[in-house]
Amino acid sequence: MDTNSANSNLKSEDYFINMGPQHPATHGVLRLLLTIDGEIIKKVEPDLGYIHRSIEKMCERDSYQQIVHLTDRMDYLSSHINNEAVCLTVENALELEVPERVKVIRTIIGELTRIASHCLWWGVMGMDVGALTTYFYGFRDREMINDIFEETCGARLTMNYNIPGGLMFDIHPNFVKRTKDFVAHFKTKIPEYDKLLTNNVIFQKRMKGVGILSKEDAISFGASGPVARGSGYSCDVRKYHSYSALDKVTFNEALKSDGDSLARYEVRIQEMWESLSIIEQLIDNIPEGEHKIATNAVIKLPKGEFYQKVETARGELGVFIHSTGTKNPYRLKFRSPGFSNLSLLNHIAVGGKIGDLVASMATLDLVIPDIDR
Amino acid sequence: MSYFGDIYKGIKTLLSGMSVTGKVFLNNKNNAITQQYPDNRETLKMFDRFRGEVVMPHNENNEHRCTGCQKCEIACPNGTIEIIWDRQVDPETGKKKKMIDQHIYHLGMCTMCGLCIEACPTDAILWAQNYENSVFDRTSLTKVLNQPGSKIMPGVED
Repeated sequence: MDTNSANSNLKSEDYFINMGPQHPATHGVLRLLLTIDGEIIKKVEPDLGYIHRSIEKMCERDSYQQIVHLTDRMDYLSSHINNEAVCLTVENALELEVPERVKVIRTIIGELTRIASHCLWWGVMGMDVGALTTYFYGFRDREMINDIFEETCGARLTMNYNIPGGLMFDIHPNFVKRTKDFVAHFKTKIPEYDKLLTNNVIFQKRMKGVGILSKEDAISFGASGPVARGSGYSCDVRKYHSYSALDKVTFNEALKSDGDSLARYEVRIQEMWESLSIIEQLIDNIPEGEHKIATNAVIKLPKGEFYQKVETARGELGVFIHSTGTKNPYRLKFRSPGFSNLSLLNHIAVGGKIGDLVASMATLDLVIPDIDR
Repeated sequence: MSYFGDIYKGIKTLLSGMSVTGKVFLNNKNNAITQQYPDNRETLKMFDRFRGEVVMPHNENNEHRCTGCQKCEIACPNGTIEIIWDRQVDPETGKKKKMIDQHIYHLGMCTMCGLCIEACPTDAILWAQNYENSVFDRTSLTKVLNQPGSKIMPGVED
Protein backbone atom coordinates (compact mmCIF):
# COMPACT_ATOMS: atom_id res chain seq x y z
CA MET A 1 0.00 0.00 0.00
CA ASP A 2 1.33 3.39 -0.90
CA THR A 3 1.07 5.65 2.12
CA ASN A 4 3.02 8.51 0.62
CA SER A 5 0.75 9.41 -2.27
CA ALA A 6 -1.60 12.30 -1.82
CA ASN A 7 -4.78 10.39 -2.54
CA SER A 8 -4.09 7.75 0.09
CA ASN A 9 -6.87 7.22 2.61
CA LEU A 10 -4.39 6.94 5.44
CA LYS A 11 -3.68 10.23 7.21
CA SER A 12 -0.10 10.86 8.22
CA GLU A 13 1.21 13.68 10.33
CA ASP A 14 4.66 14.81 11.37
CA TYR A 15 6.15 13.26 14.40
CA PHE A 16 8.66 14.94 16.65
CA ILE A 17 11.44 13.19 18.54
CA ASN A 18 14.48 14.17 20.54
CA MET A 19 17.84 12.73 19.67
CA GLY A 20 20.15 13.36 22.57
CA PRO A 21 21.42 15.06 24.69
CA GLN A 22 22.51 11.65 25.91
CA HIS A 23 22.41 9.73 22.65
CA PRO A 24 25.58 7.70 22.11
CA ALA A 25 25.83 8.76 18.46
CA THR A 26 25.93 12.47 19.26
CA HIS A 27 29.35 12.14 20.99
CA GLY A 28 28.63 14.52 23.76
CA VAL A 29 25.74 16.61 24.84
CA LEU A 30 24.20 17.62 21.54
CA ARG A 31 20.42 17.59 21.35
CA LEU A 32 18.81 17.25 17.95
CA LEU A 33 15.13 18.01 17.47
CA LEU A 34 13.98 15.79 14.65
CA THR A 35 10.75 16.29 12.72
CA ILE A 36 10.08 13.00 11.00
CA ASP A 37 7.46 11.56 8.73
CA GLY A 38 7.63 7.84 9.31
CA GLU A 39 11.31 7.16 8.96
CA ILE A 40 11.99 10.11 6.67
CA ILE A 41 13.61 13.17 8.24
CA LYS A 42 11.90 16.44 7.41
CA LYS A 43 13.85 18.78 9.65
CA VAL A 44 16.85 18.63 12.00
CA GLU A 45 17.27 21.37 14.55
CA PRO A 46 20.39 21.27 16.72
CA ASP A 47 19.85 22.57 20.24
CA LEU A 48 23.08 23.84 21.70
CA GLY A 49 24.23 25.17 25.02
CA TYR A 50 24.35 22.10 27.23
CA ILE A 51 28.09 22.38 27.77
CA HIS A 52 28.58 26.11 27.41
CA ARG A 53 31.30 27.32 29.77
CA SER A 54 31.74 30.87 28.49
CA ILE A 55 35.37 30.32 27.56
CA GLU A 56 35.47 33.48 25.45
CA LYS A 57 34.33 35.56 28.44
CA MET A 58 36.83 33.85 30.72
CA CYS A 59 39.56 34.79 28.26
CA GLU A 60 38.79 38.46 28.86
CA ARG A 61 39.60 37.89 32.52
CA ASP A 62 42.83 35.94 32.04
CA SER A 63 46.32 36.93 31.04
CA TYR A 64 47.65 35.76 27.68
CA GLN A 65 49.58 32.87 29.26
CA GLN A 66 46.45 31.70 31.07
CA ILE A 67 44.23 31.78 27.98
CA VAL A 68 46.21 28.95 26.42
CA HIS A 69 45.11 26.34 28.92
CA LEU A 70 41.43 27.17 28.35
CA THR A 71 41.70 26.28 24.67
CA ASP A 72 42.59 22.72 25.66
CA ARG A 73 39.01 22.39 26.79
CA MET A 74 37.42 23.50 23.52
CA ASP A 75 38.27 20.90 20.92
CA TYR A 76 39.87 18.46 23.30
CA LEU A 77 40.91 16.09 20.51
CA SER A 78 43.17 18.66 18.90
CA SER A 79 44.20 20.50 22.03
CA HIS A 80 47.80 21.09 20.96
CA ILE A 81 46.69 22.79 17.74
CA ASN A 82 44.29 25.02 19.67
CA ASN A 83 47.13 26.04 21.99
CA GLU A 84 49.28 26.76 18.98
CA ALA A 85 46.59 29.00 17.47
CA VAL A 86 46.48 31.27 20.52
CA CYS A 87 50.27 31.32 20.86
CA LEU A 88 50.71 32.21 17.19
CA THR A 89 48.23 35.07 17.49
CA VAL A 90 50.02 36.49 20.53
CA GLU A 91 53.44 36.03 18.92
CA ASN A 92 52.28 37.74 15.72
CA ALA A 93 50.92 40.65 17.71
CA LEU A 94 54.17 41.01 19.61
CA GLU A 95 56.15 40.49 16.37
CA LEU A 96 58.04 37.71 18.08
CA GLU A 97 60.00 35.23 15.97
CA VAL A 98 60.17 31.87 17.76
CA PRO A 99 63.20 29.61 17.19
CA GLU A 100 63.14 27.07 14.35
CA ARG A 101 63.24 24.23 16.87
CA VAL A 102 59.98 25.39 18.39
CA LYS A 103 58.32 25.59 14.98
CA VAL A 104 59.36 22.07 14.02
CA ILE A 105 58.35 20.53 17.34
CA ARG A 106 55.00 22.33 17.22
CA THR A 107 54.34 20.98 13.74
CA ILE A 108 55.29 17.41 14.63
CA ILE A 109 53.12 17.36 17.73
CA GLY A 110 50.32 19.04 15.81
CA GLU A 111 50.35 16.32 13.17
CA LEU A 112 50.51 13.63 15.86
CA THR A 113 47.45 15.27 17.40
CA ARG A 114 45.69 15.15 14.06
CA ILE A 115 46.41 11.44 13.69
CA ALA A 116 45.24 10.77 17.26
CA SER A 117 42.04 12.67 16.59
CA HIS A 118 41.39 10.82 13.33
CA CYS A 119 42.12 7.49 15.05
CA LEU A 120 39.47 8.22 17.64
CA TRP A 121 37.07 9.44 14.96
CA TRP A 122 37.64 6.29 12.92
CA GLY A 123 36.94 4.12 15.94
CA VAL A 124 33.75 5.80 17.07
CA MET A 125 32.49 6.25 13.52
CA GLY A 126 32.77 2.53 12.92
CA MET A 127 30.92 1.97 16.16
CA ASP A 128 28.17 4.39 15.10
CA VAL A 129 27.46 2.39 11.98
CA GLY A 130 27.67 -0.92 13.80
CA ALA A 131 31.28 -2.13 13.66
CA LEU A 132 32.38 -2.39 17.28
CA THR A 133 35.88 -3.74 16.56
CA THR A 134 37.04 -0.46 15.03
CA TYR A 135 36.53 1.24 18.37
CA PHE A 136 39.18 -0.89 20.03
CA TYR A 137 41.61 -0.73 17.13
CA GLY A 138 41.36 3.03 16.89
CA PHE A 139 42.02 3.45 20.58
CA ARG A 140 44.87 0.92 20.47
CA ASP A 141 46.84 3.05 18.00
CA ARG A 142 45.87 6.32 19.65
CA GLU A 143 47.31 4.99 22.91
CA MET A 144 50.83 5.10 21.46
CA ILE A 145 50.43 8.80 20.62
CA ASN A 146 49.03 9.50 24.05
CA ASP A 147 52.11 7.90 25.58
CA ILE A 148 54.33 10.17 23.49
CA PHE A 149 52.38 13.17 24.73
CA GLU A 150 52.43 12.02 28.32
CA GLU A 151 56.18 11.55 28.29
CA THR A 152 56.96 14.88 26.64
CA CYS A 153 54.14 17.19 27.73
CA GLY A 154 53.10 15.59 31.02
CA ALA A 155 49.47 15.06 30.11
CA ARG A 156 47.59 12.93 27.66
CA LEU A 157 44.72 15.11 26.55
CA THR A 158 44.84 18.65 27.94
CA MET A 159 48.53 19.17 27.36
CA ASN A 160 49.09 22.93 27.61
CA TYR A 161 52.56 22.45 26.13
CA ASN A 162 52.69 25.72 24.20
CA ILE A 163 53.33 29.07 25.80
CA PRO A 164 53.57 32.41 24.03
CA GLY A 165 57.19 32.48 22.97
CA GLY A 166 57.81 28.77 22.59
CA LEU A 167 57.28 25.55 24.47
CA MET A 168 56.96 24.99 28.19
CA PHE A 169 59.93 22.61 28.23
CA ASP A 170 62.09 20.80 25.72
CA ILE A 171 61.10 17.48 24.19
CA HIS A 172 61.84 14.34 26.14
CA PRO A 173 64.97 12.40 25.01
CA ASN A 174 62.74 9.48 24.04
CA PHE A 175 60.45 11.61 21.88
CA VAL A 176 62.16 11.03 18.54
CA LYS A 177 62.50 7.29 19.02
CA ARG A 178 58.92 6.86 20.16
CA THR A 179 57.59 8.93 17.28
CA LYS A 180 59.58 6.90 14.75
CA ASP A 181 58.29 3.69 16.32
CA PHE A 182 54.76 5.00 16.04
CA VAL A 183 55.15 6.00 12.38
CA ALA A 184 56.50 2.55 11.52
CA HIS A 185 53.70 0.90 13.50
CA PHE A 186 50.92 3.01 12.10
CA LYS A 187 52.00 2.52 8.49
CA THR A 188 51.09 -1.14 8.85
CA LYS A 189 47.79 -0.28 10.53
CA ILE A 190 46.10 2.03 8.00
CA PRO A 191 45.96 -0.78 5.38
CA GLU A 192 44.33 -2.88 8.08
CA TYR A 193 41.80 -0.11 8.64
CA ASP A 194 40.99 -0.23 4.93
CA LYS A 195 40.70 -4.01 4.94
CA LEU A 196 38.51 -4.07 8.01
CA LEU A 197 36.13 -1.21 7.34
CA THR A 198 36.65 0.76 4.13
CA ASN A 199 36.30 -2.22 1.81
CA ASN A 200 33.44 -3.78 3.73
CA VAL A 201 30.32 -3.95 1.58
CA ILE A 202 27.89 -3.26 4.41
CA PHE A 203 29.85 -0.19 5.42
CA GLN A 204 30.09 1.10 1.87
CA LYS A 205 26.37 0.73 1.32
CA ARG A 206 25.68 2.71 4.48
CA MET A 207 28.04 5.52 3.50
CA LYS A 208 27.83 5.84 -0.28
CA GLY A 209 25.40 8.51 -1.43
CA VAL A 210 24.41 9.39 2.13
CA GLY A 211 24.46 12.99 3.30
CA ILE A 212 25.49 14.55 0.02
CA LEU A 213 26.97 18.05 0.24
CA SER A 214 27.75 19.92 -2.94
CA LYS A 215 30.80 22.13 -3.31
CA GLU A 216 28.67 25.27 -3.57
CA ASP A 217 26.83 24.43 -0.36
CA ALA A 218 30.06 23.60 1.43
CA ILE A 219 31.35 27.07 0.63
CA SER A 220 28.13 28.90 1.47
CA PHE A 221 27.72 27.10 4.82
CA GLY A 222 31.30 27.97 5.74
CA ALA A 223 32.37 24.35 6.01
CA SER A 224 36.04 23.66 6.51
CA GLY A 225 38.40 20.81 7.09
CA PRO A 226 37.71 17.28 5.88
CA VAL A 227 33.99 18.03 5.52
CA ALA A 228 34.63 20.69 2.89
CA ARG A 229 37.45 18.75 1.25
CA GLY A 230 35.15 15.75 0.87
CA SER A 231 33.04 18.00 -1.37
CA GLY A 232 35.99 19.05 -3.50
CA TYR A 233 36.51 22.45 -1.88
CA SER A 234 40.23 22.94 -1.47
CA CYS A 235 40.59 24.87 1.78
CA ASP A 236 43.52 23.47 3.74
CA VAL A 237 44.86 26.29 5.92
CA ARG A 238 48.16 24.44 6.11
CA LYS A 239 48.52 24.88 2.34
CA TYR A 240 47.14 28.37 1.83
CA HIS A 241 48.26 30.16 4.99
CA SER A 242 51.03 27.94 6.22
CA TYR A 243 52.28 28.49 9.75
CA SER A 244 55.07 27.09 11.95
CA ALA A 245 57.26 24.68 9.96
CA LEU A 246 54.62 23.64 7.45
CA ASP A 247 56.22 25.71 4.68
CA LYS A 248 59.26 23.42 4.82
CA VAL A 249 57.41 20.20 4.07
CA THR A 250 55.67 18.90 0.98
CA PHE A 251 52.34 17.21 1.31
CA ASN A 252 49.21 16.76 -0.76
CA GLU A 253 45.88 18.10 0.27
CA ALA A 254 43.40 15.23 0.54
CA LEU A 255 40.53 16.01 -1.81
CA LYS A 256 37.48 14.03 -2.92
CA SER A 257 34.71 15.37 -5.08
CA ASP A 258 31.76 13.08 -4.30
CA GLY A 259 30.56 15.01 -1.27
CA ASP A 260 28.94 12.03 0.41
CA SER A 261 29.80 10.40 3.73
CA LEU A 262 32.21 7.96 2.11
CA ALA A 263 34.16 10.84 0.53
CA ARG A 264 34.54 12.56 3.90
CA TYR A 265 35.67 9.24 5.36
CA GLU A 266 38.26 8.73 2.64
CA VAL A 267 39.58 12.27 3.05
CA ARG A 268 40.34 11.60 6.70
CA ILE A 269 42.06 8.30 5.94
CA GLN A 270 44.13 10.11 3.32
CA GLU A 271 44.96 12.86 5.82
CA MET A 272 46.44 10.30 8.18
CA TRP A 273 48.88 9.25 5.43
CA GLU A 274 49.76 12.89 4.75
CA SER A 275 50.35 13.59 8.44
CA LEU A 276 52.64 10.58 8.63
CA SER A 277 54.64 11.92 5.70
CA ILE A 278 54.92 15.37 7.31
CA ILE A 279 56.20 13.81 10.53
CA GLU A 280 58.70 11.70 8.60
CA GLN A 281 60.09 14.74 6.81
CA LEU A 282 60.63 16.65 10.05
CA ILE A 283 61.49 14.09 12.71
CA ASP A 284 65.06 13.41 11.58
CA ASN A 285 66.21 16.99 11.49
CA ILE A 286 64.81 18.85 14.45
CA PRO A 287 67.11 21.88 14.61
CA GLU A 288 69.12 22.50 17.75
CA GLY A 289 68.42 25.58 19.79
CA GLU A 290 66.35 27.05 22.53
CA HIS A 291 62.88 25.71 23.26
CA LYS A 292 61.53 29.15 24.09
CA ILE A 293 62.44 32.79 23.99
CA ALA A 294 61.99 35.00 26.97
CA THR A 295 58.89 37.14 27.10
CA ASN A 296 57.82 39.60 29.73
CA ALA A 297 56.19 38.03 32.76
CA VAL A 298 53.18 40.21 32.01
CA ILE A 299 52.45 40.16 28.29
CA LYS A 300 50.79 43.30 26.98
CA LEU A 301 49.71 43.25 23.35
CA PRO A 302 49.80 46.49 21.37
CA LYS A 303 46.50 48.17 20.57
CA GLY A 304 44.72 46.64 17.62
CA GLU A 305 43.06 43.57 16.20
CA PHE A 306 44.89 40.35 15.48
CA TYR A 307 43.73 37.23 13.69
CA GLN A 308 45.37 33.90 13.08
CA LYS A 309 43.90 30.72 11.69
CA VAL A 310 45.17 27.17 11.88
CA GLU A 311 43.95 23.84 10.61
CA THR A 312 42.79 21.62 13.45
CA ALA A 313 41.71 18.03 12.95
CA ARG A 314 38.18 19.28 12.29
CA GLY A 315 38.85 22.30 10.14
CA GLU A 316 39.71 25.94 10.36
CA LEU A 317 40.11 27.42 13.82
CA GLY A 318 40.42 31.18 13.90
CA VAL A 319 41.51 33.24 16.89
CA PHE A 320 40.58 36.91 16.89
CA ILE A 321 42.00 39.17 19.58
CA HIS A 322 40.94 42.76 20.07
CA SER A 323 43.48 44.37 22.33
CA THR A 324 43.37 47.75 23.98
CA GLY A 325 46.95 47.57 25.15
CA THR A 326 46.28 46.02 28.55
CA LYS A 327 47.34 42.64 29.88
CA ASN A 328 43.95 41.08 29.05
CA PRO A 329 42.23 40.96 25.68
CA TYR A 330 39.26 43.30 25.35
CA ARG A 331 37.50 40.66 23.28
CA LEU A 332 38.62 37.24 22.15
CA LYS A 333 36.62 35.29 19.58
CA PHE A 334 37.17 31.75 18.41
CA ARG A 335 35.93 30.77 14.99
CA SER A 336 35.41 27.09 15.65
CA PRO A 337 35.18 24.59 12.80
CA GLY A 338 32.55 22.46 14.47
CA PHE A 339 29.91 25.18 14.60
CA SER A 340 29.90 25.80 10.85
CA ASN A 341 30.06 22.09 10.12
CA LEU A 342 27.09 21.44 12.39
CA SER A 343 25.06 24.15 10.68
CA LEU A 344 24.92 22.13 7.47
CA LEU A 345 23.57 19.01 9.20
CA ASN A 346 19.97 19.97 8.46
CA HIS A 347 20.84 20.49 4.82
CA ILE A 348 22.42 17.08 4.28
CA ALA A 349 20.08 15.04 6.49
CA VAL A 350 16.68 16.13 5.20
CA GLY A 351 15.06 13.48 3.06
CA GLY A 352 17.15 10.67 4.49
CA LYS A 353 16.44 8.08 7.15
CA ILE A 354 17.34 8.37 10.83
CA GLY A 355 20.04 5.73 10.35
CA ASP A 356 21.56 7.87 7.62
CA LEU A 357 21.58 10.85 9.97
CA VAL A 358 23.84 8.91 12.33
CA ALA A 359 26.17 8.05 9.46
CA SER A 360 26.40 11.59 8.13
CA MET A 361 26.79 13.04 11.62
CA ALA A 362 29.62 10.62 12.33
CA THR A 363 31.50 11.84 9.25
CA LEU A 364 31.04 15.49 10.28
CA ASP A 365 33.21 14.54 13.29
CA LEU A 366 31.62 16.91 15.78
CA VAL A 367 33.17 17.72 19.12
CA ILE A 368 30.50 19.43 21.18
CA PRO A 369 32.72 21.46 23.58
CA ASP A 370 34.23 23.02 20.46
CA ILE A 371 30.78 24.12 19.28
CA ASP A 372 29.49 25.40 22.62
CA ARG A 373 32.73 26.72 24.12
CA MET B 1 25.75 -6.42 -10.22
CA SER B 2 23.91 -9.68 -10.05
CA TYR B 3 22.25 -10.99 -6.92
CA PHE B 4 24.73 -13.81 -6.42
CA GLY B 5 27.64 -11.53 -7.27
CA ASP B 6 26.56 -9.26 -4.44
CA ILE B 7 26.49 -12.16 -2.01
CA TYR B 8 29.91 -13.34 -3.15
CA LYS B 9 31.43 -9.88 -2.77
CA GLY B 10 29.83 -9.40 0.63
CA ILE B 11 31.20 -12.65 1.99
CA LYS B 12 34.63 -11.95 0.51
CA THR B 13 35.01 -8.55 2.17
CA LEU B 14 33.62 -9.93 5.40
CA LEU B 15 36.23 -12.69 5.43
CA SER B 16 39.08 -10.32 4.59
CA GLY B 17 37.97 -8.12 7.50
CA MET B 18 37.83 -11.14 9.76
CA SER B 19 41.35 -12.08 8.76
CA VAL B 20 42.48 -8.80 10.37
CA THR B 21 40.63 -9.47 13.60
CA GLY B 22 41.78 -13.08 13.56
CA LYS B 23 45.42 -12.03 13.34
CA VAL B 24 45.03 -9.65 16.25
CA PHE B 25 43.28 -12.34 18.24
CA LEU B 26 46.06 -14.86 17.70
CA ASN B 27 49.05 -12.52 18.01
CA ASN B 28 48.03 -10.54 21.05
CA LYS B 29 47.28 -13.43 23.37
CA ASN B 30 50.10 -12.74 25.81
CA ASN B 31 50.44 -8.97 25.70
CA ALA B 32 47.25 -7.17 26.46
CA ILE B 33 47.39 -3.55 25.35
CA THR B 34 45.20 -2.20 28.12
CA GLN B 35 46.60 -1.37 31.53
CA GLN B 36 45.69 -4.11 33.99
CA TYR B 37 44.73 -1.55 36.62
CA PRO B 38 44.34 -1.99 39.65
CA ASP B 39 46.18 -5.31 39.51
CA ASN B 40 49.38 -3.57 38.40
CA ARG B 41 49.28 -0.91 41.07
CA GLU B 42 52.66 -1.98 42.42
CA THR B 43 54.46 -1.88 39.10
CA LEU B 44 52.63 0.97 37.36
CA LYS B 45 55.02 3.89 37.13
CA MET B 46 54.03 7.15 35.49
CA PHE B 47 56.35 9.13 33.24
CA ASP B 48 58.59 11.51 35.14
CA ARG B 49 56.90 14.59 33.66
CA PHE B 50 53.40 13.36 34.48
CA ARG B 51 51.30 16.04 36.17
CA GLY B 52 49.75 14.36 39.20
CA GLU B 53 49.61 17.07 41.82
CA VAL B 54 51.70 19.99 43.03
CA VAL B 55 54.01 19.23 45.94
CA MET B 56 56.62 21.17 47.86
CA PRO B 57 59.71 19.10 48.61
CA HIS B 58 61.35 19.46 52.03
CA ASN B 59 64.84 18.42 53.03
CA GLU B 60 65.78 16.42 56.15
CA ASN B 61 65.90 19.59 58.29
CA ASN B 62 62.26 20.34 57.42
CA GLU B 63 63.25 23.19 55.15
CA HIS B 64 61.63 24.18 51.85
CA ARG B 65 62.60 26.61 49.10
CA CYS B 66 59.50 28.83 49.04
CA THR B 67 60.22 32.52 49.58
CA GLY B 68 56.56 33.56 49.50
CA CYS B 69 56.94 35.68 46.38
CA GLN B 70 53.39 34.72 45.30
CA LYS B 71 54.31 34.37 41.63
CA CYS B 72 52.57 30.98 41.51
CA GLU B 73 49.46 32.50 43.02
CA ILE B 74 49.39 35.20 40.33
CA ALA B 75 50.14 32.74 37.52
CA CYS B 76 47.33 30.36 38.51
CA PRO B 77 44.30 30.87 36.26
CA ASN B 78 41.65 29.78 38.75
CA GLY B 79 42.75 30.53 42.28
CA THR B 80 44.01 27.07 43.10
CA ILE B 81 46.93 28.40 45.14
CA GLU B 82 46.54 30.63 48.18
CA ILE B 83 49.52 31.84 50.13
CA ILE B 84 49.20 33.15 53.65
CA TRP B 85 52.35 35.05 54.52
CA ASP B 86 53.77 37.32 57.13
CA ARG B 87 56.82 39.49 57.70
CA GLN B 88 59.01 37.95 60.35
CA VAL B 89 62.41 38.81 61.72
CA ASP B 90 65.13 36.78 60.09
CA PRO B 91 67.36 35.44 62.92
CA GLU B 92 70.49 35.64 60.76
CA THR B 93 70.31 39.22 59.55
CA GLY B 94 67.94 40.67 62.09
CA LYS B 95 65.87 42.27 59.32
CA LYS B 96 62.19 41.70 58.62
CA LYS B 97 61.61 39.23 55.78
CA LYS B 98 58.56 37.89 53.94
CA MET B 99 57.89 34.30 54.99
CA ILE B 100 55.08 31.91 54.21
CA ASP B 101 52.78 30.76 56.92
CA GLN B 102 50.70 28.40 54.79
CA HIS B 103 50.95 27.48 51.11
CA ILE B 104 47.43 26.23 50.42
CA TYR B 105 46.75 24.13 47.34
CA HIS B 106 43.22 23.18 46.27
CA LEU B 107 43.71 19.99 44.29
CA GLY B 108 40.02 19.84 43.47
CA MET B 109 40.24 23.08 41.50
CA CYS B 110 43.56 22.44 39.80
CA THR B 111 43.51 22.04 36.00
CA MET B 112 47.11 20.76 35.86
CA CYS B 113 48.17 23.52 33.48
CA GLY B 114 51.63 23.79 35.02
CA LEU B 115 51.83 27.59 34.95
CA CYS B 116 52.65 27.84 38.68
CA ILE B 117 55.65 25.55 38.34
CA GLU B 118 56.82 27.50 35.29
CA ALA B 119 56.49 30.73 37.27
CA CYS B 120 58.33 29.60 40.41
CA PRO B 121 61.77 31.30 40.49
CA THR B 122 63.24 29.04 43.20
CA ASP B 123 61.89 25.62 42.15
CA ALA B 124 60.03 25.38 45.43
CA ILE B 125 57.06 23.49 43.96
CA LEU B 126 57.22 20.48 41.65
CA TRP B 127 54.94 17.93 40.04
CA ALA B 128 54.38 14.66 41.85
CA GLN B 129 53.53 11.59 39.81
CA ASN B 130 50.81 10.06 41.95
CA TYR B 131 47.58 9.41 40.09
CA GLU B 132 45.14 8.09 42.69
CA ASN B 133 43.48 11.31 43.75
CA SER B 134 39.89 10.25 44.32
CA VAL B 135 38.67 10.73 47.88
CA PHE B 136 35.35 10.46 49.68
CA ASP B 137 35.41 13.93 51.19
CA ARG B 138 36.30 16.94 49.10
CA THR B 139 37.72 18.89 52.02
CA SER B 140 40.68 16.51 52.01
CA LEU B 141 41.57 17.84 48.53
CA THR B 142 42.63 21.13 50.11
CA LYS B 143 46.23 20.64 51.10
CA VAL B 144 48.81 22.70 52.91
CA LEU B 145 52.01 22.14 51.01
CA ASN B 146 54.52 23.37 53.58
CA GLN B 147 54.95 21.03 56.52
CA PRO B 148 54.16 22.30 60.01
CA GLY B 149 57.11 24.03 61.60
CA SER B 150 59.06 24.17 58.36
CA LYS B 151 61.42 27.00 57.49
CA ILE B 152 62.92 28.38 54.33
CA MET B 153 66.21 26.85 53.29
CA PRO B 154 69.10 29.24 54.04
CA GLY B 155 70.47 30.99 50.98
CA VAL B 156 67.32 30.83 48.84
CA GLU B 157 66.52 34.27 47.46
CA ASP B 158 64.26 35.28 44.59
